Amino acid sequence: MSDTTKTQEPMTPSGSTDERGAALIHVAPSPHIKDAAAHTQRIMTDVILALLPIIALSIYLFEVYAIKQLSICVVACMGSEFLFVKMRGKSLTLKDCSAVVTGIIIALSLPGSAPWFVGVLASVVAIGIGKIIFGGLGMNIFNPAMVGRAFVMIAFAQLLGAASYENVTGLVDAVSGATPLSALKFNGVSMETAALFWGMTNGSLGETSSAACLLGGLFLVFRKTASWQIPAGILLSVVLIAGITDIAGSHSGLLLVHHLFGGALMFGAFFIATDPVTSPLTPRGKWIFGLGTGFLIMIIRLFSGYPEGVMFAVLMMNAVTPLINRWTNPLPMGEA
Amino acid sequence: MRLFKLKGFPGTGNFRHGIHPPDNKALSDESKVEVMETPEAVTLPLLQHLGVPCKQIVKPGQTVRYGEMIGAGEAFVSASLHSPIAGKVKRVNVVTLPNGRHLPAITIHADGDQIPPQKLWDEMRSKDWPRDCISIYDPLTIVKIIHDSGIVGLGGAAFPTHVKVTPNDTRMIDTLMINGCECEPYLTCDYRLMKEAARAIVAGALLTGRAVSAKEIVICVEDNKPDAVKKLTEATEQTVIKIAVLKTKYPQGSEKQLIKSVLGLEIPLGGLPSDVGVAMSNVGTMATVARGVIKETPLTHRVISVSGRGINTPKNIFVPIGISIEAVINFCGGITKNAARIIAGGPMMGFSFSDLSAPVTKGTSGITVLTHDEISDEKETPCIRCGRCVDACPMNLVPTRLALAARYNNPSIASQYHIHACFECGCCSYVCPAKINLVQLIRTGKTLVAAWANR
Repeated sequence: MSDTTKTQEPMTPSGSTDERGAALIHVAPSPHIKDAAAHTQRIMTDVILALLPIIALSIYLFEVYAIKQLSICVVACMGSEFLFVKMRGKSLTLKDCSAVVTGIIIALSLPGSAPWFVGVLASVVAIGIGKIIFGGLGMNIFNPAMVGRAFVMIAFAQLLGAASYENVTGLVDAVSGATPLSALKFNGVSMETAALFWGMTNGSLGETSSAACLLGGLFLVFRKTASWQIPAGILLSVVLIAGITDIAGSHSGLLLVHHLFGGALMFGAFFIATDPVTSPLTPRGKWIFGLGTGFLIMIIRLFSGYPEGVMFAVLMMNAVTPLINRWTNPLPMGEA
Repeated sequence: MRLFKLKGFPGTGNFRHGIHPPDNKALSDESKVEVMETPEAVTLPLLQHLGVPCKQIVKPGQTVRYGEMIGAGEAFVSASLHSPIAGKVKRVNVVTLPNGRHLPAITIHADGDQIPPQKLWDEMRSKDWPRDCISIYDPLTIVKIIHDSGIVGLGGAAFPTHVKVTPNDTRMIDTLMINGCECEPYLTCDYRLMKEAARAIVAGALLTGRAVSAKEIVICVEDNKPDAVKKLTEATEQTVIKIAVLKTKYPQGSEKQLIKSVLGLEIPLGGLPSDVGVAMSNVGTMATVARGVIKETPLTHRVISVSGRGINTPKNIFVPIGISIEAVINFCGGITKNAARIIAGGPMMGFSFSDLSAPVTKGTSGITVLTHDEISDEKETPCIRCGRCVDACPMNLVPTRLALAARYNNPSIASQYHIHACFECGCCSYVCPAKINLVQLIRTGKTLVAAWANR
């Protein structure tokens, strides 16, 4: 018998020790292996990766406005994360990249013309009040980026109103006009479908191009970083409601196309509503959440004073997410 | 096509959810079963099965023959214990098994003439196990022999086999399912047994099928083991036994998931396979049944696999029950420098332990040694409610809910979310991006719920 192990000193076989000579055989509960590819940080970097086409397009369209807004929000979000986590006396959580994601999403949801303090304030409110005060990542009820966005939208109504979008000068002529949904809602002016889809229009930095949002969004769904049920639910109910409205009002498809490709629908469906923390856990819950969000978006767009409803719809559905989770407690196998 | 229907069976060959961990079976699946020589001593705990411990019937100093009963399983849910070697009873002391239980155990020192273990293994893998004259055995006699031979499930849970096969007027058995899935990563002992001793498995299956008067006998194998399927197909020619080739997925080999895959039936929560007319047993158990009934030798040896990157030469070996794990590891060249965790069983549901003097028991299917590179000791981060555990849970539970309810001491939520349905397969912990050990929290939760229910 070889002498690799000794009965009474089982933990000193052939040099499995660290520098201090302590044994390095671990005892731990099962399972003993974990999926190395599954990692919170990787989920966040996936989202950042998926946002790249949208960022690129926003920089192409709005040039320095986009770069300025993105840098302000990302820096402000990381700064507030640092500050608020320190104030709570917790260990730092910047490594998980969630603050970067929040920063990018806030920036992309703002108009390029918004002054610097709007981005900063939105970021501070998003991270501080939207996230850290609830207990940090995973504990917040509302989508932090949308909390920040809602705060500045109400606090600086003129700076973020429909007019604010019209004084941005950019590469493409179309981006200096009204946003597609405002134009349609207030002036009855419609745009070309191709321009809407590819994003050669005015709007918040990240919302203009449905193509870029779809590209990034499908990547997220493919990677299972975002669940497909939520965007599917949102798009389904928007198509249904906008489709019916379109037919009822004889818009010959223009209204449907505007609601689908104009505004923040695609960005919201793939990047905002799919935030795992603030959306339901089970597939059935995700369907309810998606369908509900789509329904609220259309209600706000069609019947309220705002041309766009993604933000409020997501926040409202966030509020009922705990309830949806409770309703959709699945039956275990053998009891269904 | 296979996605929707398993040819010849009502099930789909698949079940909902589950995971695909790297199986790492290539480390040991090509190594033929080797036979270890009779050790100097064996240590035999009196409880190696699920149920009541057996009663010691030998005294220190007494001489025992090979296969002599040394512990009597008197209760219904219990199993007898037999000496795997000829020798002298040395002492009765307490040992700690990898699962953490402290148990009285009989130590026997080898003495006198031994039956060469090679002979026992050659007998097992021989080609002349009967297929057609099974009817000479009376069903009740088969049950009695299974009981007397101390046979338990060799897949890991070690449930006494006679309990499953004893005829029950209220629960008729329609189908006998032989589990050869071996869905745990690393383990290859069942695979090698199917490849090398298919005829013994078939003989055991026919005998057990006769004992439970099953209308159908199905051997279930995952589709990553085509060689085993081939050997079993040859061995089952001209018999009633059917072979179900199932999708490779963890935990395909779990009782409930396997019945769902093959027969499309769901065992009611808290129920047994017999509730849906099924008896299920592992391939190794079947080979042991054949030995017990036809060769009249009790359960004294088994095949285990010793694998993992922390083992110098991974092997499948035929060992006497009671041999120390240390001896087994040394037989496989010892552990490597970067070995980090020694596990009894596979990495998903096995128990890690540190006392290498612990014996191999009836339920030990293998020893897995993982290295520092394979185990994750990353710090837990907050749950981001991504729902991956929900998509992985084969029981359709919400693991994060259960785990957090346990952590925050809330047995009411835990039981509302069906914590009792969890069988701790580990899928949720495996996929968790926040590296939360959900299974461990759920175990705690079960204790909490039990205490809360009895308050």
